[in-house]
Amino acid sequence: MSIKKISKEQPENFEFTSKNLETANKIIKKYPKGKQQSAIMALLYLVQSQNDNWIPLTAMKYVAKFLDMSYIKVYEVATFYSMYNLSPVGKHFIQICTTTPCMIRGAYKLVEACKEKISPNEKQLSKDKTCSWMEVECLGACVNAPMIQINNDYYEDLDKEKTLKIIDQILNGENPKPGSYRGRLNSEPENNRKTLMDIKNA
Amino acid sequence: MLKDKDRIFKNLYNDMGSDVTSSIARGDWSDTKNLCEKGRDWIINEIKISELRGRGGAGFPTGLKWSFAPKEIGTKPHYLVINADESEPGTCKDRDILRFEPHKLIEGCLITSYAVNAHICYIYIRGEYFNEGKKLQEAIDEAYKKNLIGKNASGTGWDFDIYIHYGAGAYICGEETALLESLEGKKGQPRLKPPFPALIGLYGCPTIINNVETIAVIPTILKKGGKWFASLGKPKNTGTKIFCISGNVNNPCNVEEEMGIPLKNLIETHAGGVVGGWENLKAVIPGGSSMPLLPKKICDTITMDFDSLIKEKSGLGTAGIVVINKDQDIIKCMARIARFYKHESCGQCTPCREGSGWMWRMLERMSKGEASIDEVDMLMDVTKQIENHTICAFGEGSAWPVQGLLRHFKKEIKKRNNFSPIIDQGKNIPYLVDQHLLDKENA
Repeated sequence: MSIKKISKEQPENFEFTSKNLETANKIIKKYPKGKQQSAIMALLYLVQSQNDNWIPLTAMKYVAKFLDMSYIKVYEVATFYSMYNLSPVGKHFIQICTTTPCMIRGAYKLVEACKEKISPNEKQLSKDKTCSWMEVECLGACVNAPMIQINNDYYEDLDKEKTLKIIDQILNGENPKPGSYRGRLNSEPENNRKTLMDIKNA
Repeated sequence: MLKDKDRIFKNLYNDMGSDVTSSIARGDWSDTKNLCEKGRDWIINEIKISELRGRGGAGFPTGLKWSFAPKEIGTKPHYLVINADESEPGTCKDRDILRFEPHKLIEGCLITSYAVNAHICYIYIRGEYFNEGKKLQEAIDEAYKKNLIGKNASGTGWDFDIYIHYGAGAYICGEETALLESLEGKKGQPRLKPPFPALIGLYGCPTIINNVETIAVIPTILKKGGKWFASLGKPKNTGTKIFCISGNVNNPCNVEEEMGIPLKNLIETHAGGVVGGWENLKAVIPGGSSMPLLPKKICDTITMDFDSLIKEKSGLGTAGIVVINKDQDIIKCMARIARFYKHESCGQCTPCREGSGWMWRMLERMSKGEASIDEVDMLMDVTKQIENHTICAFGEGSAWPVQGLLRHFKKEIKKRNNFSPIIDQGKNIPYLVDQHLLDKENA
């Protein structure tokens, strides 16, 4: 179970923007009538994307009213799932996978890089408050280990130098290219690929 | 090595593009209407002939699972749910299917829904796979536009809708009943079985839940025939499978191969061999982190299929192969896996919630040589207390890797943690039996 700290500084109000309101209504329509509670996970995402990557308590109350469910049920969901941030994490949120397949290929070197560039402790905002990092469990890109996720994008096949460079670019407001950083095509073997060669060479 | 013509996922590495035009050129959506017109019984029977076993980890025969769904739609609608909550450490096969072969999955969804009488399909994707979900959504939109799905899907007369539902970073939601809870908008805590989801599942309606890879191979099996699929691999362990080879190998990769391929052959042919040579191999986790590891001696000869691995007290699981060589500390590696399970336990059953933390803390101390010699056996006892005492299979999933470590590397652990508690050494503090507490000041 993940331990979550709820931010002490909470905004007073939260409301969906008109565009998000429209999206929210569309999401609810995906589920059968009367089962609007199913939309809660998607709605909490929407809150998170509107509110700089974190969910304040007022937004949970707002979502509860929106879906006609009790506040505690929303709170339960928001605290259960690890991807909902309940305190500010910065605009650029870096997650480093350190589970065994990444660990044995040097994921802790990437942690060092984040400690140097962003903040000495995980879940701590950088000095300019735009960035934070944390260790997470398996992100499901094991054959491209070690890797990090920055907001929604995966950066794969990294080492310490490459990570430092990516973080520099992010902090300078650039958008580094996601994907493999050793120049291979997705999850193919880097050398000596033996399968589907006709298609590759076509 | 499997011949390229027998490979199902021709676009595994995205050489060709995943859009609907190139998918159709590869043979997707080619015969969907005719396949459905042959009828439900034919489809289910053909899958039974193919002996396809679920690719999500448990290896349950797919045709049999489908036949549990009620034959006619009663008062409640039927649902199909696709489990794309791939989070087992070592596994990343579904990600490539979602990204690069989405039309195989969508076509499979349509045929399966037709076979089990479902009009609505939910695909539950883990939240981290945001971009993969976006790609799948694009493919779904394309399919709607071409009327491949939607009202009168592909001209079959069957109305069919697909929706994507994102998870939010909970490993436990890969367990089918936890997934249903999550889909209903609750926290993902598994339900007791029975009742099984095939009769009482999503919103209390009959629900069939399958893994992404299982569904994505369905159209090809039906097009080429169940007998073709059954001719690959070994009896009862038929067909092809995507293997994810990660860890200390020269070229980690995903590759589709025949079931029953020797592990050594697989690693040396496709992944460029173990770093430092085969002799440098320490152990292999054969099927995602919850399957017990195998030492080098067994790896020399083992074949990769469900039944041979069960004989070695392990399992094929999701076929996520993690190779660990002698440069790594095996105890530390397993301690990290134990930390994963401690983090991901949903907290519903006490043995798992508490036990997963105990195992992690004991293993961390053992990796540093801070545990007493008695604790090695105590750890085995803890795993036995968790196993079979929980609602879902997470308990076994967290206990088995530790049992595997103890089964094959007990000597190594005992060598590193070889001191006895003080009470055995005759020191006069009889009430203090916990050595690690003694070591710390202010204990």
